[in-house]
Amino acid sequence: MKKLLSGNEAVARGAFEAGVKLAAAYPGTPSTEILENVAKHFPSIYCEWSPNEKVAFEVGIGGSLGGGRSLVTMKHVGVNVAADPLMTFSYTGVNGGFVFISADDPEMHSSQNEQDNRYFAKFAQIPFLEPSDSQESKDMVLLAFEISEQFDTPVMLRMTTRISHSKGLVETSDPIELGEQNLFDRDVKKYVMVPGHARARHKHILDRTAKLAEYVENSPLNKVESYGTKLGIISGGISYQYAKDIMPETDILKIGIGYPLPNKMIKEFVDAHERVIIVEELEPYYEEAIRIAGIHKIEGKKYFSREGELSPYRVAKGLQKAGVVETVAEPGYDPTQLFPRPPVLCVGCPHRGFFAVLKKLKLTVTGDIGCYTLGTLQPLGALHSCICMGASIGNAIGMEKVNGSKEDIVAVLGDSTFLHSGITGVLDAVYNQSDITIIIADNRITAMTGGQQHPATGYTLMGKKTKSVDIAELCKALGVESVRTVDPLDYDETMTAVKEEIKRPGPSVIITNRPCVLMPKPVYDTPYEVILDECNGCSACFRIGCPAILPSKEMTKKNRPKAEIDPVLCNGCSLCAQVCKPEAIVLTKQPEAVK
Amino acid sequence: MDNNTQNILIVGVGGQGVLLASELLSEVAMMRGLDVKKSEVHGMSQRGGVVSSHVRIGAKVYSPIIPYGQAEIVMSFEQAEGLRAMDWLAKDGRMIVSTTRLVPTTANFGGLGYPDDPIAEMKKKTKNVIAIEADKIANELGNPRLINTILLAVASPFLGFEKSVWEEAIKKLVKPKFVDINLKAFAQGSKLAEASL
Repeated sequence: MKKLLSGNEAVARGAFEAGVKLAAAYPGTPSTEILENVAKHFPSIYCEWSPNEKVAFEVGIGGSLGGGRSLVTMKHVGVNVAADPLMTFSYTGVNGGFVFISADDPEMHSSQNEQDNRYFAKFAQIPFLEPSDSQESKDMVLLAFEISEQFDTPVMLRMTTRISHSKGLVETSDPIELGEQNLFDRDVKKYVMVPGHARARHKHILDRTAKLAEYVENSPLNKVESYGTKLGIISGGISYQYAKDIMPETDILKIGIGYPLPNKMIKEFVDAHERVIIVEELEPYYEEAIRIAGIHKIEGKKYFSREGELSPYRVAKGLQKAGVVETVAEPGYDPTQLFPRPPVLCVGCPHRGFFAVLKKLKLTVTGDIGCYTLGTLQPLGALHSCICMGASIGNAIGMEKVNGSKEDIVAVLGDSTFLHSGITGVLDAVYNQSDITIIIADNRITAMTGGQQHPATGYTLMGKKTKSVDIAELCKALGVESVRTVDPLDYDETMTAVKEEIKRPGPSVIITNRPCVLMPKPVYDTPYEVILDECNGCSACFRIGCPAILPSKEMTKKNRPKAEIDPVLCNGCSLCAQVCKPEAIVLTKQPEAVK
Repeated sequence: MDNNTQNILIVGVGGQGVLLASELLSEVAMMRGLDVKKSEVHGMSQRGGVVSSHVRIGAKVYSPIIPYGQAEIVMSFEQAEGLRAMDWLAKDGRMIVSTTRLVPTTANFGGLGYPDDPIAEMKKKTKNVIAIEADKIANELGNPRLINTILLAVASPFLGFEKSVWEEAIKKLVKPKFVDINLKAFAQGSKLAEASL
């Protein structure tokens, strides 16, 4: 039966059909929906949100060692976090099949960098498969598990945002019949990576790669589509689809397994064509590997950018530059003529409250990964660095150590990010006594990725009630002497807390206690309105950056716009009323009539 | 390029139901036995950003993204977003736009403001603009979140699928509680479509 599935939904379906026993992940765009779909549709699979990608990866290794097929999913930067277990798991190899998803984000639709994780597979010397649509996403999960077990290796399935989030038709099947599970074998020479054992396993990696190099020459995943043209194209992943769209009847070698590459097949293809152009997104990964294999009659990145996502337009432009495409439809409307519509903190977002305070106090703020990164945008402009998960605390410590008491430094990170990799940062701040203030913006959900549970929400991915870690008690146990909780939408209370804590020697923690305004349930309250006669146009309310506050057509005597509140958007968080000196912002009298 | 591929671009702002609309359209095409690909990027969409969904329908579809100038229909749930999507509209394509205006805070702070009359701007660039007061109709029906279904209905005569298939898709994909009101919205939109033909 055919279903319309996203790449992520197709991977979940593939896990089910492949007989996966265990799936683990930390949420991260564009990979999040894979495990959400496993949890929703395939309850026979044990699945969990782990605190971070490293733990998820280690849980997956455990599943494999225990003999069950195991799937671990993450966004591209998640692989950085999981790199430690990955690099050594390549040595031990698997018991039950092990596949992990690296969902890369070319164009950085929702990421801090656009690293090309195909290099990770080469680095770890493990095979990677690269689907180009939803059907392949499902099929390749099944094949990846076969390869994992046949060659005793973890396998990476490399998705990209466009593959993960595009939908296409997928032919589904029943789950395959797996033989009996091989329980854990205490083969210490295979699984205990002390130097003596690891040296032997390094040999295993080299032997395995040599065998895989033979295998990929005959795999149906690498295939040539011939039309008898003098021009040949080599491509894989989404780039293949763009190339096919533009030149459907040009010879093309489609790469399905990107490490190791089928060098014999590539050499034959190159020898058989007058010109060969490589179309690949981001880095010249294929191009480099093919040149290293001694095949030089190829062209590639000189026509295509290493930055951002490819698209039908960018591929067509590249092929035009190469002289093989004549005309390309150009965009006629200049989008820079139009106002931007960037994502903003939601109306009523509790983060807006403490950012308004940090802005007022002009503090230096090291930031982190989550919705609150949006606090950097104007008019708030109250967050000044963002590197990776948990970095805010270490960054603040380092900055404080070199600057001494010249400025007060605040680290801001969310609850899920704190549990992911902020705990060790707090530990360092205590151990090495750093004079910083850490704000843990606890909205009790992993919000940026669409609302996932985590170890402090009290629920698991599978919907079971569970223990919930107490963040305040945890910070105290780590040795923080001053831990206090504030309502971030109480401007004065938050102001007092921040002022006191930045002056306190040693690290202190402020936890904000308002849940996300959208998830798990939207928060609505009586909306506010502006009494125009009272508004003096001071713009204090504009400066909190709330999407519900708009300039009124009515002007003050000094010709400044007064404020107006959209009654449909406003959900009554009251922050604007608190910063309004003339008290011109009041609760609407007839909330029912408006909502 | 495969000229038999039908390209439809649906755009709007986070929360307007762009994804449901493209889901309904894809479902309808699938019920008719055609190949479908649709593409959008989520992640930031909940936070008031631009949402666009590309839908491509045909015997065999490769790229999930529509090349510039090849969308025969652009549906925009917001005036200015329609303007932003003009690059994709084919020369003889149809722009079906809701007169809804959603002005972001950022457009209030100097620089580039919200255009005075985006629909007039569109009309300078293409002749087939169908502007629909979809928010007004939605409010009359008692639910502001029906702009998507109304615009789909207006577009439906140009897409070539029978009304019954659309209704079937609505029943399948819309939450049971909202099926009736969406069917009503579709009927209202269909009337407008007949009037505009």
